[in-house]
Amino acid sequence: MSMPTTTIAEDTVAPRRSNALLAGLRAVFLRVGVLPFFLFATLIAFSLVSKEFLALQNLTNVARQSVYLILVSLGQMLALVTGGFDLSVGTAIALTSVVSALAMVTLSHMLSPDMLWLVIVLGCCAGLAAALVIGSINGLGVAVFGVSPFIMTLGVQSVGAGIALFLTGGVPVSGVPYEFGDILGFGRVFDIPVPVLVAIVAAATIWLVMNRTRLGKHIQAVGGNAKAARLSGVNTTKVLFIAYALCALLASVAGLLLTARVGSGETNLGGTIALESIAACVIAGVSLHGGIGRVENVVLGGFFIVLLQNGMNIAQIGSYMQMVLLGSLLVLAVILDQFRYRLLVGER
Amino acid sequence: MSSVAAPLVEMTGISKEFPGVKALSGVHLKVERGEVHVLFGENGAGKSTLISILSGVFRPTSGAIRIAGDEVSFHSVHDAAKAGIGTVFQEFSLVPTLPVFENLYLGRELMRGPLTDRRAMLAGAQRLFAELDFDIDVTRPASSLSRAQQQMVEIAKAFLSNARVLILDEPTASLTERETERLFSFIGKAAASGVGIIYISHRIQEFQKIADRISILRDGRLIATVPARETSERVLIELMTGRAVDQVYPKIAHRADGPVIMTLEGLRTAGVHGASLEVRAGEVLGCAGLVGSGKSRIWRAAMGLQPLQSGRITLKGRDVTGAATRALLNDGVFFLPSDRKSEGLQMTATARGNIELSLLDRADVAGPFGFVRPRRSRALTDAIGDKVGIARPAMDRAVSKLSGGNQQKVLFGKGFGDDRDVYIFDEPTVGVDMGTRMALYQLIKDIAEAGKAVVVISSDLPEVMNLSHRLLVFAKGRIAAELSGSAIDEENVLKHFFAETEGSA
Repeated sequence: MSMPTTTIAEDTVAPRRSNALLAGLRAVFLRVGVLPFFLFATLIAFSLVSKEFLALQNLTNVARQSVYLILVSLGQMLALVTGGFDLSVGTAIALTSVVSALAMVTLSHMLSPDMLWLVIVLGCCAGLAAALVIGSINGLGVAVFGVSPFIMTLGVQSVGAGIALFLTGGVPVSGVPYEFGDILGFGRVFDIPVPVLVAIVAAATIWLVMNRTRLGKHIQAVGGNAKAARLSGVNTTKVLFIAYALCALLASVAGLLLTARVGSGETNLGGTIALESIAACVIAGVSLHGGIGRVENVVLGGFFIVLLQNGMNIAQIGSYMQMVLLGSLLVLAVILDQFRYRLLVGER
Repeated sequence: MSSVAAPLVEMTGISKEFPGVKALSGVHLKVERGEVHVLFGENGAGKSTLISILSGVFRPTSGAIRIAGDEVSFHSVHDAAKAGIGTVFQEFSLVPTLPVFENLYLGRELMRGPLTDRRAMLAGAQRLFAELDFDIDVTRPASSLSRAQQQMVEIAKAFLSNARVLILDEPTASLTERETERLFSFIGKAAASGVGIIYISHRIQEFQKIADRISILRDGRLIATVPARETSERVLIELMTGRAVDQVYPKIAHRADGPVIMTLEGLRTAGVHGASLEVRAGEVLGCAGLVGSGKSRIWRAAMGLQPLQSGRITLKGRDVTGAATRALLNDGVFFLPSDRKSEGLQMTATARGNIELSLLDRADVAGPFGFVRPRRSRALTDAIGDKVGIARPAMDRAVSKLSGGNQQKVLFGKGFGDDRDVYIFDEPTVGVDMGTRMALYQLIKDIAEAGKAVVVISSDLPEVMNLSHRLLVFAKGRIAAELSGSAIDEENVLKHFFAETEGSA
């Protein structure tokens, strides 16, 4: 952080002023987490590197590219707020992509061309259903059998990836209807790109769920203190199950949009998204301890990660080095989260 | 149909069997409207099982429960709550990250269509707190409240479902004296309005202020129900333990000229603002004070368990300021932490395994290349087990399966692996039954009389007063008084407790 510059005349006032500044920064840190600081630092750093970084054109681009990560991060947030996480979001995307593409290709051979819309809708449903299965298995393991989220979602990650590769033989599924990509990938409604619109609707829905519904409060309660939630009559098993199912569904929506964008069913669409979505959430102040997380910040967190990647591209930082930086940033954010949680909730 | 004359709660012939254990047999309990009924007994006597049955956590193997004359059968905590039974469990059931009002309505949110009605819940919470005369901002997260305030919220939560019976399980375990006073005045008010209160506690001095009747449980049986005002402490203890108790606290011989073993000078750390003291061989030094007075934190800082801001610590004449915990332990200090579950014991390991940990550095246990000699280690752990009074079969059971009393004995046992010079006991008998207590006091007596320096930090005032030769009273992070011999009396100590603590909420 840059030091405030002090003139000679202000010398006596300076300590008090910098104290107030520190207190202000501390309050922001406690409320929102590290995101404002990271965002600020990124904006400064990359705008120094290149003028085009802060250009409206570039920022709109970043916003459009960040849609997919934002969707996945919203789901990831649900898992994190319950006190777990979901490493299998990438698999949910891959499976959605492969299954929806396969379904569309198969159905378009079976049905007449004027039933194209039915083909697309059914294909999307197949993709969502595949992800729902993934989410349900996660939910079953974590909620009913009490498997740690780490092992459960890590295992399912491998299972899902294996199935996706098995279904396709590792070859992209081509022959997806052109209209599918035209609408979901590149379409515009009221001049807003469809993917952006989907993300806005999803974010608004999740905001409503988390802040104004019983389910949302119960998700927060389970993550905050599962035992207390149970003693208060919350069905913790059900809540956990739903959280993982919703997480997979949101990833699945991102998977559909990505499939539409690339125009084929791909097994490698969700490659690094588990790490990125967890990073986006943690940087946005979602606590790994559970119970804490705000939807609006997570949206900004997803945007931040993509912005950072964009900035690194502009600054011509190689993709290998980008991996190093992103991983380090995640760890740094977690360390700061640890610190913040202690300040918020106390030692216990 | 209910009749007016029927008691509020009537439990008859309640028995409960767990696989292999008969936790309760044929217990009767009657609670009237407006009565404060204390359940008293050692750990494992069945108090918790009994209230768990009444609050719907367990179902009885046999027996009947009537609430205001109506026979009931609870399948869940929810069922019991609906019948007007509010339970404040020993462990807090608040979600720290949620605001108070959301905690109150957790699991029974007020709805407006598909969405929660935030405004109505906020208003409802404020109304309830006003009614109960609790001064707490209901929009604050539960984590920002003090223990007492959290307790108040728990009670409010029980009242939100119109509790007719309020069950309090060791409610003062984590409260300071003053917070306890507030709780008691509230209990008095609630009882006056006709609520029946079941109060579970170990602390005789405390509950005698509020109790109407006391039911004593032992080994799963009801021993007696006695009127509180006419029953002395001595009688209660005899009823509880089933044996005549001459004195709970042993007389510990004092070696007056013991050399100084350890000193703390001008110690500052979070919650302690400059305190100096010395620890002498053959003497029991007591540290009393409210929760948060710094009586425990000063030792935690000295032991390297929390950051030291300034000050100097010497051990046997050498400067050990800022030394690592491990170094101090190797140097002959034993520290018994106050929370055995989170800091004291490996809960999944056996009692033997826990005690063995303290032996691994001994030359006669660690053989060539540091390999442990199993037979030697076994003999030593058995000897320690015998010394602290753990039955042989219990030695090889997981600590998590042992009673609180036995767990505490294991924790004490860790102090006998090596010869130590200073023994620091932080809350040595917390959550331990009277029988075990007396055994632990005997151990403390033996240690002190063997010429070791002993420090007892305790929130249990009679305990720390009766064991100490010299008593330091902590208040607001400073030592408010040093008392010794006959100057250690309750009035004197309490005076210093509150000397400087006005305004600490």
